[in-house]
Amino acid sequence: MIQTMDQIFVLLAHWLVGFLPSALQPIAGVLLGVVAIVCVFPALFALTTVFERKGLGRIQNRLGPNRVGPYGLFQPIADGIKSLTKEDIVPSTANAPVHFLAPVVLVVAVFMGFAVLPMGRNMVLVDMDAGLLFYFAMGASTEVSVFMAGWSSRNKYSLLGAMRAVAQMISYEVVLLLSSVAVVMISGTLSLTKIVAAQNSYSGVFPHWYIFTPWGLAGFIMYAIAATAETNRSPFDLPEGESELVAGYHTEYSGFKFALFFLGEYLAMFSISGLGTTLFLGGWSAPFSFLQFIPSWFWFFSKLMMSIFVFIWMRGTLPRLRQDQLMNFAWKFVLPFTLLNLMVTALWRFLGVGWERWVFCSAILIAAYIVMGRAGMYRENFGPRRYRYAE
Amino acid sequence: MSLVFYLLSALAVAGALSAVLLKNTVHCALALTVAFAGLALLFLELDAQFAGFAQILVYIGAVAILIVFAILLTRGSETPKDGVYSRNWLAGLVIAAAVFAVLGWAVLQSAWTLPHETAVPAVTVHDIGVALVGRYVLPLEIVALLLTAATIGAVIVARHEKEEAK
Repeated sequence: MIQTMDQIFVLLAHWLVGFLPSALQPIAGVLLGVVAIVCVFPALFALTTVFERKGLGRIQNRLGPNRVGPYGLFQPIADGIKSLTKEDIVPSTANAPVHFLAPVVLVVAVFMGFAVLPMGRNMVLVDMDAGLLFYFAMGASTEVSVFMAGWSSRNKYSLLGAMRAVAQMISYEVVLLLSSVAVVMISGTLSLTKIVAAQNSYSGVFPHWYIFTPWGLAGFIMYAIAATAETNRSPFDLPEGESELVAGYHTEYSGFKFALFFLGEYLAMFSISGLGTTLFLGGWSAPFSFLQFIPSWFWFFSKLMMSIFVFIWMRGTLPRLRQDQLMNFAWKFVLPFTLLNLMVTALWRFLGVGWERWVFCSAILIAAYIVMGRAGMYRENFGPRRYRYAE
Repeated sequence: MSLVFYLLSALAVAGALSAVLLKNTVHCALALTVAFAGLALLFLELDAQFAGFAQILVYIGAVAILIVFAILLTRGSETPKDGVYSRNWLAGLVIAAAVFAVLGWAVLQSAWTLPHETAVPAVTVHDIGVALVGRYVLPLEIVALLLTAATIGAVIVARHEKEEAK
């Protein structure tokens, strides 16, 4: 019974595909998986827009949308109809083909990333040997679309927003990759299904997720920072800050193309949270060994929604970082710390099982954090603010 | 020489041709990105997964962006007034044809010297890793040294600009 619930989507897919002749079955299986992904994640996106607006509203001591449906739950339907019926304005001096292709490239690249995420036991669309590398390759392709959107609009603010966004995305891409390399070092494989399988064991009640190790916790925090910056999410959302840059690189997009950019940004958030869950939080494995009767896909999606909730929480709570502040943060603090984390991971692996590795690795990481934090604050003069007036 | 190979090579060649024939420089850079994507797909068609994905990650994710930044930050982005084709295009064509002939001859000559393999060797990422720190460790260290020199150079260039501005 538990097995059936756990594998229910796989069994359903096999039953549906069984109606076709056996020559067509592999293609039909893949197509069914693609259709499932294309239906489920945009539906989650619709739900997340309501949660975000209600959540932000509650954090800011107001209600959020509550007119359309009970507790505002049908708001995304209203938003969808609105964006479909709005006039599609393209500036007359804009570069029309590039302007049209930018949201297309973004959404295609983001959807491709979902193909390698293991969403449950035996529930991967494509089980690739170099799955992690494929995911990062697709993530790198989204930067091209951001640039295309900003440049083709022939608008100084869009171009500025696009340049800032691309610079930010490239800087934090390095951090993202290096913090994932620590996980690859310990699991010895780039395949995401094998990384989840390596975390799916329990010592007593507690799981062997990588976040519960010193290097894993440090790696997860840096991965989360880099993920927030990669998807241009607050506190790193200067490229699309309304008060500074109108709307950044999607200023000149209206109607459904803007909705596609919005969809692309949220789907990128889902897929990067899904990857973080797979790498550090154990993917589809249950948090305690006695909870394994609950289906694996339920755990994956609840961890995903927890990560989204933390993203929304950060957006409502933290102020925005200025462009030079966030670039300094990336190159001068997070990147050296990531390199140190790689060395600590190697130390963890070669010290062998025992209490020594816990003590040494935690001590090195905490000491480095304090020392680097102090060194970074050394040259800031934290005194009363002095103003210079034009003479 | 399957249909997939012809389609992918058509994509790569079309991208490369557009990169030299289009008028708008940024369009040329984007067409070059398409050519990079075609090359990556050719690698994937040959079952070289690591090479294909690394091509996308490095070329499309970093090199294409670098090219585009270079175009935008210099003054070459406007379309030149007297056309993009130079006056001695015939000499250029002859030289390009000569280079192509030499490269083609070299490639076709070397095809006979390869051992006749019956099965396609499956190269996994693990094999690449073992080769990099085993047989090819000297080239790896030299490339690392080159990257370090480039990073130090970038820091020095940026630092001098800051001091001059002061």
